[in-house]
Amino acid sequence: MWYELSKEFVYVVIGLQGRVAEASHFFIYDTIKIWFLLLSVIFAVSFLRSWVNTEYVRAHLQGKSSLYGHVGASVFGIITPFCSCSAIPLFLGFIQARIPIGVTFSYLISAPMNNEIAIAMLFGIFGWKVTSIYILFGLGVAILGGWLIGKMGMEKEILMDVKPIEGELEASLVKRSLKERAKEAWSYTLDIFKKIYIYVMIGVGVGAWIHGYIPTDFIASYTGEGNPFAVIIAVLMGIPMYSNAAGVMPLIEVLTSKGMLLGTALSFMMAVTALSLPEALILKKIISLKLIGIFFAIVGSGIIAIGYLFNIIL
Amino acid sequence: MKIEVLGTGCAKCITLEKVVKEAVAKSGKFAQIVKVDDIMKIMEYQVVSTPALVIDGKVVSSGKVLSVDEVVALIK
Repeated sequence: MWYELSKEFVYVVIGLQGRVAEASHFFIYDTIKIWFLLLSVIFAVSFLRSWVNTEYVRAHLQGKSSLYGHVGASVFGIITPFCSCSAIPLFLGFIQARIPIGVTFSYLISAPMNNEIAIAMLFGIFGWKVTSIYILFGLGVAILGGWLIGKMGMEKEILMDVKPIEGELEASLVKRSLKERAKEAWSYTLDIFKKIYIYVMIGVGVGAWIHGYIPTDFIASYTGEGNPFAVIIAVLMGIPMYSNAAGVMPLIEVLTSKGMLLGTALSFMMAVTALSLPEALILKKIISLKLIGIFFAIVGSGIIAIGYLFNIIL
Repeated sequence: MKIEVLGTGCAKCITLEKVVKEAVAKSGKFAQIVKVDDIMKIMEYQVVSTPALVIDGKVVSSGKVLSVDEVVALIK
């Protein structure tokens, strides 16, 4: 429906023709579609997450077996909010509750990777199949990555002396009425939307321009099968782009429609969300550079492996 | 009344501090507002997501920026 409406608007109401029309049609259609999906998915996610907060996750993970800890931490990473600015209290808080460092990292990898903006954008642009692949393999990287870091015995790389809390923490879900939850979720959704709607427009705008003007061969030769290093380059390029997941993803849509392989696109998106430079800088205050390096190396190679795997099988 | 805003200097923590000041002014109560940046002190409150709000030693909210009206309701 959106598609026909926006086509009607561009070709009939404004009366544009040719490439300009195609690019504007693409721009209007995509922007409105993504805005709509962002609003609905972010609302749904924040409504669900009004039951669980990070304090609950911490108490829940305390004293669990290693397998349950890694899987649980990664899954909770999907539904709890994460902001790189609270990485320090989160990290120290988990250690304080005697949650193993590996499980803490499972959470720290999963939470930013499975954030509501990335999921909404992926769902809007690539549909539920790619979104599920992204979430599933993202969980895989979080579980394995955390497990590996746990095996390495990195406890001495924590630069701060954390006193463990004695005894069991109490885990309780957040109690509020449905109406309050909905109200809070909606105001949170609007907050996020206000912050990112402009990036969506810019991303879609540049995408529309590529869509209308840059030949497919050109993009395919750089990002398609012709370039065996595409995945690695994509991951390296994704690291500094964390805050702009909303603007970057519409670009990826256009690049894949023009011949970029889906595995390369997946790796790039995971790198954008999971490997964040600001987060590394913040964590540097409490853990050694060596551990940050290991963290990035493990997550980075996991993401690269996923990219090549999908380029081969899809 | 003592109101503490816990946060390590992120944008959201600064916003919450501003909201609290407004709320105190609006409610007309006399309250001491303290910004706590020391991570060790924040940990003592058992808070794992910042910004958090503590009123008279009790954690009333964590991990989000409240609205002015919500804070007014909390300090009443």
